[in-house]
Amino acid sequence: MAEKVLMKGNEALAEAAIQCGCKHYFGYPITPQTEVAAYMSKRLPKEGGVFLQAESEIAAVNMVLGATSAGVRAMTSSSSPGISLKSEGVSYIGGSDLPALIINVQRGGPGLGGIQPSQSDYWQATKALGHGDFQLFVLAPSTIQEMVDFVSLAYEVGEKYRVPAMILSDGMLGQMMEPVEFPTKKDGGAEKPWATNGHQNKRKKNIINSLYIQPEELENLIRERYQRYEQIKANEQRAEEFMMEDAEYVVVAFGASSRVSRSAVMQARAEGIKAGLIRPITLWPFPEKFIKKSIPNTKKYLCVEMNMGQMVDDVKLVVNGEREVGFFGRTGGVIPTPAEVLDQIRKMAGKEN
Amino acid sequence: MAKTMNVLLAGFGGQGILFAGKTIAYSALMDGKELSWLPSYGPEMRGGTCNCSVVVSDEPIGSPLVTAPDVLVAMNLPSLDKFVNAVVPGGTILVDSSMINKKVERTDVNVYYVDATKIADENNMHSCAIIILIGKMFKELGFCSKEALDAGIRKCIPAKKAAMLDLNLKALEIGQNS
Repeated sequence: MAEKVLMKGNEALAEAAIQCGCKHYFGYPITPQTEVAAYMSKRLPKEGGVFLQAESEIAAVNMVLGATSAGVRAMTSSSSPGISLKSEGVSYIGGSDLPALIINVQRGGPGLGGIQPSQSDYWQATKALGHGDFQLFVLAPSTIQEMVDFVSLAYEVGEKYRVPAMILSDGMLGQMMEPVEFPTKKDGGAEKPWATNGHQNKRKKNIINSLYIQPEELENLIRERYQRYEQIKANEQRAEEFMMEDAEYVVVAFGASSRVSRSAVMQARAEGIKAGLIRPITLWPFPEKFIKKSIPNTKKYLCVEMNMGQMVDDVKLVVNGEREVGFFGRTGGVIPTPAEVLDQIRKMAGKEN
Repeated sequence: MAKTMNVLLAGFGGQGILFAGKTIAYSALMDGKELSWLPSYGPEMRGGTCNCSVVVSDEPIGSPLVTAPDVLVAMNLPSLDKFVNAVVPGGTILVDSSMINKKVERTDVNVYYVDATKIADENNMHSCAIIILIGKMFKELGFCSKEALDAGIRKCIPAKKAAMLDLNLKALEIGQNS
């Protein structure tokens, strides 16, 4: 491991991608993710790569589709409104069984919304980023170090199962600085026998396609894809458990709101409340195993999100009515404070003062 | 120093608020501490309001957004008015008294007034007023080692602007002697 450096989250994402062998970045500026593109524009040409500011988000994501079809590690990044524009291309990437890295540094929505941090694209990222039956592998970092570590994880898992991957970050993580260290350089990823990179008369030609006119053919393809999704659900669920050993009041939060919740849980513990935190790291697959495991010892759950209540649905699905699942959120770009979350934990534990 | 120190720096854009936050952050890094640096971002510009949250701790940091600062560095009146009541009891407020012609009324906090902008102007270091305050903060709170403070500020100034390094080191010195 190298020396720790201070970096903004957005820059750390970009540097991590370069160190993972990503030499093809296509993007379009939007607050609060612009530093990703700015960093790539400075560094990629020196690495022998391509930085291209496209004419639009739609063009950028389709350039990623082209590059990843050829078997190289490619990436695009944007913030909420720009991600909506990319959704068509993401669906094509999913429908073509291609890996790709898409980064969303979330801001307030809907519409142009605002430019302050938000988590209101949870549903979009985990349920329907584009049309059709498909999923992305979705990771939610909560530190700048995780912004780095999850880039290689996103590429590795995406290539293993041939699915697009998303890092769902937010304006707070994108703009803040923390010490990070980068792992020693890695290779450019798995073998890609499916890539359309020139057969040189040595193998059968590969075709990348998402159009299937015969319904049965399309159904079979989708069923095969869903078998891979089942494998991902079985093998790739990740979450962090914090103070969960004897926790009775469990906060569930991801990304930026999990940091606020962690402070609140520590304060609740200091007041004698047996609070704990489950922090989903993979948002899809949702870490059902971790929630399920916690049900017997838990009296109540509280979801804390920077939206009007999205992940809380997934928690309720797992808890399946066995326990009460509450929700606390701030939205529109407002970051909840530890004091607000602590109040909610006190209420949940019946210790209002 | 307490286990966790929450610092809020606030003033106008152009006063070096984010830079000063970085010097504290890098000093903490040199001391091997956990830290986070979070700027306010948005349509701010030179002359607009600007603030920066820095958290230094021995433990992994929860919320990087400072809402109850242990230390407030206020570089203009709107910032002091906005955050003065957020400072925790027993906390510290550093005031640039060239910019703020008002006394803090709270009696449960330690307040230090430094004529930072005036002193900076007299010493031909116009952009270094806030670094004078950081020097004062170091003297009063000793939030890191002296070596880390100097090494931290060196990290913040790129080689291309080496001339600025001497000015900033001098500003720190002035702050520590005020």
